[in-house]
Amino acid sequence: MIPELHFPWLECSILLPLLGAVACGLLRDPVRSQRVAVICGVLTLFCTTGEWLDFALIGSFEAHDHWDVVQWFFRKDIFVIDELSAPLLPLTSLLYLMTMVSTLRTKLGRFSFGLTLASEAIALGTLSCHSPWGIILLMSLSVVPPWLELYRRGASTRVFSIHMGLSVILLVIGWSLVDFTGDQPRASLLSASLLTLAVLLRAGACPLHPWMADLFEHATLGTALLFVAPMTGAYAVMHLVFPVAPAWAMQSIAVLSLTTAVYAAGMATIQTDARRFFCFLFLSHSSLVLSGLEIVTTIGLTGALCVWISVGLSLGGFGLTLRSMESRIGRISLKRYHGMYEHTPTLAGLFLLTGLASIGFPGTIGFIGMELLVEGAVDVYPLVGLAVVVAAALNSIAILRAYFRIFTGRKFETSVMLRSRPSERFAVTVLTILVLGGGLWPQPGVASRHHAAEALMKLRRPHEEVAPPVIEPQDEEAEDEVLPAETAKQHAENQNQPTTPQRTPTELRDQVALIQVRGDP
Amino acid sequence: MLTIAGIIVVAAPLLLLAVFGIATLLRISLTERNMARFTEASTVLGLISALFILAVMLATNERNVSVVLGDWVRISGSHAHDLSGREEQHDHEARPLEHPSEKTMPEDKGSDAGAVIKSVNENGATEKEVAEQEAAEEAAENEVAHAPVRDEESHSDHFHFRLKFVFDRLSVPFVIMTFVLCGVIAAFASRYLHRDEGFHRFFIYFSFFQLGMILSSVAGTIETLFFGWELVGLSSALLVAFFHDRPAPVANGLRVWAVYRVADAAFLVAALTLHHLSGSGDFDGIAGQGDWPNGTAVLSEGSALFVGCLLLFAAAGKSALVPFSGWLPRAMEGPTPSSAVFYGALSVHLGAFLLLRVSSLLDESLTLRILVILLGLITMIYATMVARVQTDIKSSLAFSSLTQVSIIVVEIGFGLRYIPLIHIIGHACLRTLQLIRAPSLLRDYNSMINAIGAYLPEARAGNVSPTMRSRLYRFAFDRGNLDSLLDEYVVRPFVLVFSWSDRMEHRWTTWLSGQSKSTDDSANEKAGADV
Repeated sequence: MIPELHFPWLECSILLPLLGAVACGLLRDPVRSQRVAVICGVLTLFCTTGEWLDFALIGSFEAHDHWDVVQWFFRKDIFVIDELSAPLLPLTSLLYLMTMVSTLRTKLGRFSFGLTLASEAIALGTLSCHSPWGIILLMSLSVVPPWLELYRRGASTRVFSIHMGLSVILLVIGWSLVDFTGDQPRASLLSASLLTLAVLLRAGACPLHPWMADLFEHATLGTALLFVAPMTGAYAVMHLVFPVAPAWAMQSIAVLSLTTAVYAAGMATIQTDARRFFCFLFLSHSSLVLSGLEIVTTIGLTGALCVWISVGLSLGGFGLTLRSMESRIGRISLKRYHGMYEHTPTLAGLFLLTGLASIGFPGTIGFIGMELLVEGAVDVYPLVGLAVVVAAALNSIAILRAYFRIFTGRKFETSVMLRSRPSERFAVTVLTILVLGGGLWPQPGVASRHHAAEALMKLRRPHEEVAPPVIEPQDEEAEDEVLPAETAKQHAENQNQPTTPQRTPTELRDQVALIQVRGDP
Repeated sequence: MLTIAGIIVVAAPLLLLAVFGIATLLRISLTERNMARFTEASTVLGLISALFILAVMLATNERNVSVVLGDWVRISGSHAHDLSGREEQHDHEARPLEHPSEKTMPEDKGSDAGAVIKSVNENGATEKEVAEQEAAEEAAENEVAHAPVRDEESHSDHFHFRLKFVFDRLSVPFVIMTFVLCGVIAAFASRYLHRDEGFHRFFIYFSFFQLGMILSSVAGTIETLFFGWELVGLSSALLVAFFHDRPAPVANGLRVWAVYRVADAAFLVAALTLHHLSGSGDFDGIAGQGDWPNGTAVLSEGSALFVGCLLLFAAAGKSALVPFSGWLPRAMEGPTPSSAVFYGALSVHLGAFLLLRVSSLLDESLTLRILVILLGLITMIYATMVARVQTDIKSSLAFSSLTQVSIIVVEIGFGLRYIPLIHIIGHACLRTLQLIRAPSLLRDYNSMINAIGAYLPEARAGNVSPTMRSRLYRFAFDRGNLDSLLDEYVVRPFVLVFSWSDRMEHRWTTWLSGQSKSTDDSANEKAGADV
């Protein structure tokens, strides 16, 4: 039995933006739309923060809503908060709120608050959904708002449609195969491969990433940012692939993610368009997160979960700063110096701070997470793991290059006041406090992520016990030869142990929840 | 008292940065006078505390004072081993380390591998078993020597970041020197930059730098040293680009940053490797129990060589040794006070300081020492030649600094410890004076000429043939073409490869979207118009 929260936080946090989306759709005045959207955003943030705190008070691995209406209807726990998603929900709602708050009046007509609130509801629903089919459905739905925006702007939707369509199809086929194979805890190689390919498409792994650059180029920056920033692809990895894919497969994918991280970092350093630069920067970081998740070691997973939070927060803030600068001077070319420092020193500071936080600069929220990630990667692949360090170095060069191009240069006179607005300063203050606060006092965050990582590793443990992955039969024989006699005997006994009943990932999660509640090791 | 004084040494610059940072965040405008006073107060406070520590250490003959503030971050796993296939493979490899009775033990809660083994022995293992275990440990050590990042610690999900500061014969002089020079430069800068529009910015970067230097100097763990190292790097790059309305300083700032980041990457890998090999990032753990400079490294020669090479690379980047020397004259684009304190005095010596800090590693590997000496010698010859043909005083001083730094590196390579430290302090003080006098060099020259009543004597070329002299002059004038070589063989291929990839991606996306290139471009322009 999953413990209950003290209030239906989850349902409220999904319902509120949905109601707000309807209200914004009915309103014609963009100023009033923004007001409604901000109010809904604040209330949603309140709900997500409340559920995080409530969940922390319960001290369980997962919990569902009080008065869980969805459960009454479907007889199933669909929306569940767990240690993985608990901080991601307030983070996502914060990013949406900051985006809506910092949208300047001059851009109100071009930015759809209704669609933004709808996508917030979908994103929060995805991040709190535990049902595989629910995740697939919500991930499919999340594609709609950006697609609509591309369509309305008259841009080609083909690149986006092809990639996202393929991703959805692969998800459906992959999980159908998992379902088809019955209660096999370890899915067949084919289904695991299809699911992996689907989430890699969604996460933008190289060479499946062109849709991301296309989206950033043709959609509004706010929409593109909010589509990628919650990293639902990584969430799908954790819920669809992580419990069923064998370790060797996950670690092989980690190599691909690390390659993507280095490639995207290299691409970020040579970009001449700020949006493409940001796109590759984000891609590099999200690939680092993915690689950490796929390393399948507790330290690597802890690092990845920490970097997930830090990247979401820091690159979210970084993207918003870029968006604010675009609102002032239009599409930003990195071929020349724009000299914006004297006009907006506050935004310059935030740009630098969030950029540095994303690369794990000491004293910022990303520092410890990046150290753990490097340690985890090096632990599994001593040489390939160094790619994390290389990617971080290249990203840092790209970030400072962009900072110099945008904020330094000859100061220009303008008849329009370009200094930061109160709403932007509010966003700056909040993000700065979070980025520095998380950096200077990292223990609670890291401990929480480590606890989540341990619990997630336990999710894998039962099926690893059922069928330990055989990497190379020949190697294993060779290992047996060099093992001491007693160890080899025990190893043989382990091989002959009766297998535990095979369980589905959902059952495994239930088991882990029970373990957590009982306090068993 | 010593602990409190040690904390104040670190807290003083931290407090200064906090005051400046919070004021900036809350948009509180600090006057120039207030900023200068805050800086002065912080520096004096830190300096007095450092002097107090020195006095107590001299009075009590204490050679090492450690201030441990605890673990900044600590995670202790409930599982000793991970579950991945590869980890299982590691388990098999590491299995000889395990004692049979260890398998029945409750899961280790946060204790390290050594503690586990110790408890096994206490649980009544026979002598034979202990002997087997020791043999296994020895075998594991040999294995570690060949695969430096795999040891038993790496199999546990245990991580800690300890905040530990060490006051010893190396760090205390360095801290005092840092406070003295920073104080002098802050006092100088508060007048030099009076009413400059970048006054506030300068002092914010300066507070970053000061904190970074202090943290690096007193760091008791390699991670803490890395923390300070990074702060110094960032403030250096931003101060080089201080006059940001001109493109040249900004481009040079970016170059400095790029070199630093590459060097920092090596440092980070070295730090993690050390963490794996020694079980912790503490310098005590690396250098055994001996106080500096008498510590003996606990690593094997191969491991010491591997880690030492990475650290030497990091030091070369920070101290502008060959082949990274090109950034040093470029860094002189910054304001004179920052040039003086960064590239003449403190920052440029940080690489040498790092080598001194891990000097026990150098003692373990003759190859590493030879590498250090060779790098120092090459840089020394290069810098002394280049310094002689520079046409502006700051560049000339930069390469003169580099000459001295490389001599210091050679001294370290030869196994000297106190002489390089004294050399660093003397050189830093002299160079700071020279650099802050640089803007009034012509006036000084005129004064000397007037006093002598004749022009100053020119340096003689020595017994070198005109052809060789010409070649050497060109080599020195072009600064050995180091920057060009790096640009041609590192930067250009990198840019070419990724530019090609970028073009291919554009083509692919354009083809996939079913639009012609021109249509796509016009769509981009349109999108750019309505962000």
